[in-house]
Amino acid sequence: MTGKPEEARAFGFETRQLHAGQRPDPNTGARAVPIFQTTSYVFEDPESAAAYFNLQEYGNTYSRIMNPTVAVFEERVANLEGGAGGVAFASGIAAQAGALFTLLQPGDHVVSSAALYGGSVNQFKHMLRKMSVELTWVDPDNPDAWRAAVRPDTKAFFGETIGNPAGNVLDIETVAAIAHAHDLPLIVDNTFATPYLCRPIEWGADIVIHSATKFIGGHGTSIGGVVVEAGTFNWSNGRFPVIADPSPAYHGLQFHETFGTYGYLMKLRAETLRDLGAAMSPFNAFLFLQGLETLSLRMERHVSNALAVATFLQGHELASNVTYPGLPSSKYRPLTEKYLPLGAGAVFSFDCAGGRAGGQDLIRGVSLWSHLANVGDAKSLIIHPASTTHRQLSDDELRAAGVGPGTVRLSVGTESVEDLIWDLGQGFALVAATAAAGAGAGTEATA
Amino acid sequence: MSDLARYQDPLTIQRVLHSARTIAIVGLSKNELRASYFVGYYLKRHGYRVIPVNPRESEILGGKCYASLLDIPEPVDVVNVFRAPDALPGIARDAVAIGAGALWCQFGVINLEGARIAEEGGLTVIMDRCLKVEHARYAGRMHWLGFNTQRITSVRAGLQ
Repeated sequence: MTGKPEEARAFGFETRQLHAGQRPDPNTGARAVPIFQTTSYVFEDPESAAAYFNLQEYGNTYSRIMNPTVAVFEERVANLEGGAGGVAFASGIAAQAGALFTLLQPGDHVVSSAALYGGSVNQFKHMLRKMSVELTWVDPDNPDAWRAAVRPDTKAFFGETIGNPAGNVLDIETVAAIAHAHDLPLIVDNTFATPYLCRPIEWGADIVIHSATKFIGGHGTSIGGVVVEAGTFNWSNGRFPVIADPSPAYHGLQFHETFGTYGYLMKLRAETLRDLGAAMSPFNAFLFLQGLETLSLRMERHVSNALAVATFLQGHELASNVTYPGLPSSKYRPLTEKYLPLGAGAVFSFDCAGGRAGGQDLIRGVSLWSHLANVGDAKSLIIHPASTTHRQLSDDELRAAGVGPGTVRLSVGTESVEDLIWDLGQGFALVAATAAAGAGAGTEATA
Repeated sequence: MSDLARYQDPLTIQRVLHSARTIAIVGLSKNELRASYFVGYYLKRHGYRVIPVNPRESEILGGKCYASLLDIPEPVDVVNVFRAPDALPGIARDAVAIGAGALWCQFGVINLEGARIAEEGGLTVIMDRCLKVEHARYAGRMHWLGFNTQRITSVRAGLQ
């Protein structure tokens, strides 16, 4: 050991988003995180190679399983979330699959919030069912619904800090307590809040998942995801033989008994990531690290812009049902004050007057908001689900999916907020003009 | 400071890791898949002299196994414990008797009476911490696997 001993200072979030997970490169002194664009690593000798593969020593073997650049990203997110460690994946959806596959086996059951991102719904509804895992969807706002859904074969609770796109705020502490009363872990997708706005582990969550593609990167250049685990869940409580029992996929190793705090994470990396193969590329990890350096600064601006835009919409005659949980009128206000005191994220929806046609006109009328299917970019994004992601559905089917014909989803960026509001005003002007022309001709129906 | 936090001070941990040469592992298993074997193997690999203490074995990790700390014929810097918590007071008395420098109790090996006995006998006590993890955090490669080492430093260290 060299250097002076390090004090256990509780460094601030803004310090950690710049430094956690990285020291100056010991070989070169490089201050920035080097991009280790390598598939594999030379072993010192046969004994070292064996020790790495046996997990007896922390060593690099192959970049499908670990990579020094990706490791900086993993540790930095784990540090910001307050977890024991992290494992990065090629996408948020891959991270979610990895987190679940590590603790599930055929015949198991998962209880999930019904208010999830559509991509997650697809994964749960179709892929998990294919693996013979059953699901119960619950109203995330109803604690009794979570409690009532637990079965002897249940293995996890799943929810989003801020639901996409309805803006429901999960009562993490309450739902975690119900999960723990049944010896179950709570998994939280914290993508919309980011660790700057909410740290679910501090409220009892056991596993946190991110689509890094969104606010963590912030630049919209890279697809990636990460799983963080608290390291405190007792995987040897009898419900999780896939983690506690000797592993046939790793020469009989008992991951939780041998690695304790780090057991789930070791299994997630050494087995699930190894076998799914959805590794994050070192270059993408480097880009996500550039994003993380400014996370708090960007989120401050995202949430102040989002509140201003939501307030503008709430007062606009052509907008209704503004779902931003940061609005004083939101029914989630008490939960927002508890879990999201610095701001309620920057993604929400509202209903544009004029139904399907109104929503489309709004999109046609704006020129600064980008019309695309993503969220969490530093640039402001807009999409009309009824004519894109939910295009095949009738108006009745849309309502069943919780999406109105005129629903528009916004991801509020960090531009000058006056410009964002000006641009939405352009959109509404077109909506009004078209409606007036339509009314004059006596045709177009409204929602 | 809670009772346990007293025994988890990072500066003390680094001093023990730094100064120790000989580590006696009480409860070291011969089974290569047990946590104690992982730790013993790792410490040996990193240059520490590891002395197994296990009355049921004669040799582990290439070293002669002793039934008790009291049987070890050489100075011991750290006594590393992998036993049930209620065995700790007895182990602590033996550690004091052989003049060990520190008593290091692994994850879950928590017994405040044992800690008190060791402290009164002049030993440094670390409790509910893993010797391998702490070494890997400050001197090893734990950061290569995405674990939260909680280290924040801009100091350039030596070659990896």
